[in-house]
Amino acid sequence: MAETRGHLKRKLGRPTWIAVVCVLAALHLLPWVFPSILHIMIMIFLFSLMGQGWNVLGGYAGQFSFGHSVFFGLGAYVSSLLFVRLGLTPWIGIFFSCGAGILLGLFIGFLSFRYGLKGPFFALIMLAFAEIFHMIATGWSAVGGALGVLIPLKGNAPGLMQFMQKEPFYFMSLWMMVGSLYLVWRLEGTRLGLYFLAAREDHDAAEALGVNTFRAQMKAMAISAGMTAIGGTVYAQYLLYIDPDSTFGVVNSVEIMLRPIIGGPGTILGPLLGSVVLTPLSEITRLAFQSYSGVYLMIYGVILVAVIMFLPDGLIGLARKIVGKFQKGVA
Amino acid sequence: MTFSFVAGSLLNGLLVGGVYSLMAIGLTLIFGVMKVVNFAHGSLIMLGMYTSYWAVMLLHLDPYLAILVSLAVLFIVGACFQRFLITPILDAPEHNQLLLTLGVSLFMENLAVFLWSPDYRVLKTPYAEVNFYLGDISISLVRLLAFVSAMILAGILYLVLTRTDLGKAIRAASEEPKGALLMGINIRRLYMITFGIGAACAGVSGAAIAPFIPVYPYVGWLFVITAFVVVVLGGMGNILGAFVGGLIIGVADSVGAMFLPGAMKSIISFTIFIIILLFKPAGLFGRRNG
Repeated sequence: MAETRGHLKRKLGRPTWIAVVCVLAALHLLPWVFPSILHIMIMIFLFSLMGQGWNVLGGYAGQFSFGHSVFFGLGAYVSSLLFVRLGLTPWIGIFFSCGAGILLGLFIGFLSFRYGLKGPFFALIMLAFAEIFHMIATGWSAVGGALGVLIPLKGNAPGLMQFMQKEPFYFMSLWMMVGSLYLVWRLEGTRLGLYFLAAREDHDAAEALGVNTFRAQMKAMAISAGMTAIGGTVYAQYLLYIDPDSTFGVVNSVEIMLRPIIGGPGTILGPLLGSVVLTPLSEITRLAFQSYSGVYLMIYGVILVAVIMFLPDGLIGLARKIVGKFQKGVA
Repeated sequence: MTFSFVAGSLLNGLLVGGVYSLMAIGLTLIFGVMKVVNFAHGSLIMLGMYTSYWAVMLLHLDPYLAILVSLAVLFIVGACFQRFLITPILDAPEHNQLLLTLGVSLFMENLAVFLWSPDYRVLKTPYAEVNFYLGDISISLVRLLAFVSAMILAGILYLVLTRTDLGKAIRAASEEPKGALLMGINIRRLYMITFGIGAACAGVSGAAIAPFIPVYPYVGWLFVITAFVVVVLGGMGNILGAFVGGLIIGVADSVGAMFLPGAMKSIISFTIFIIILLFKPAGLFGRRNG
């Protein structure tokens, strides 16, 4: 019991603290040591952030979404359109993006969870919403239509979240990712975090014990959508160009969900680990096979099938198994 | 908007709807028997289209004879898919099967890009030019033939399911797998056959539309969501429901195409999808508790 309470109070042992501080310090020195891999690192952190968003809903609350690109795209479009049309700085736009994501998440969640939609049905309804937004963004010329939105380059303008170098984006995405890790780590120790798990493991039993699973799932949806939308805004500011395919497209839903699933769904470090494995893979194969831009998706497909068949708990599960065996061997 | 234009596009919608029906019958059969939501169905349709395309281009078959090639190839692909990938994880949580089929679909589509390039290919046939008229209403021959081919296979499948021992075994396995197993039915073999039939439905529908829809690796996405809409509309696992649902969605799509810009024409069927999932998840013809 005391152990559980200690676990939930979120205390870390000294070795863990030292490791965390060392890793963070190393990551802060990285831009000066390996400046050439900054782009890949930014992508790792951004997709880890959005994967963490997916993880809150899919991994912890057990609702697998096949359409998280809808929050990603909404986040990218809201801040970009506010900037291009009204001149609003993305530093404020990001809050609107996050808010819009949360509202949309609550809307879809309200529709779905009220009727106890789950499993493949929830996955498909998310996909349908993402496709509807994709179609609207493509067909509606007021939001750029199929051509998308070009964010005008203002030079080095920190006030507008535009930088000539990659370093500011690196530190921004790093700290957002760390923030998402911290948030989920804290969440795991709260009553709400336990409700998520209860709703995931046995919906009816949780209800019978007085857990309001509907409210728990709605909160999971809100957190998840908000985090993913924030990632969308930063992504748009980093690339300065968005179009319907690169934001609302199915590929982005796959990119976001694959990271936690391969890393280990329902674990704090799963999305980061998945992103560390998948992001370099996709970036490097994209460079290596330029004329066959889909090769990395083929590899994703193979990895996904292999993980589902042999490692249902993801890479974290594998690591735990190996550590467990090692400890048994020592003892 | 004249009467003949409206009637013509509704009729064309109905013809395409017949093909949607067959796609959805394959999907709903797989779900009904194995409880597997097959996300790779669109890729199987794509494979059916390419099979027919290459059979016509390389073997100089008639496109409507090539449908049979697609049927055979896709049956084998489907049976292997079941045997080597689905059967090992049949007892895993249901979202794992969904993710597995998603992985297979990613693999197949991008393998197609790798092998056959992302270009659009058009299967040229002499039939494509032919239109005939019913009063003022023009009907394209290729769409009519696609409808007829889909209906023939759906009809044969219906007879197999209702009149033969194999069909009886499939229905028994979908109602009560353990009971069927106890009665001496080889469930594993039956699952392979069922998945093969489901994939063959996808293959035939793909081959049937290849004469009027360009073939490219991601073409499956045009249909997979539509097929899910139809399956949900008709009730998951309900074959007759999938048949009627396909016709409804075909007409709904053509109505959408009349009023909405091209990129948005599927919004109507997606909206139907969401409404059905929310308010009547057992489908139009489903029992109360779905």
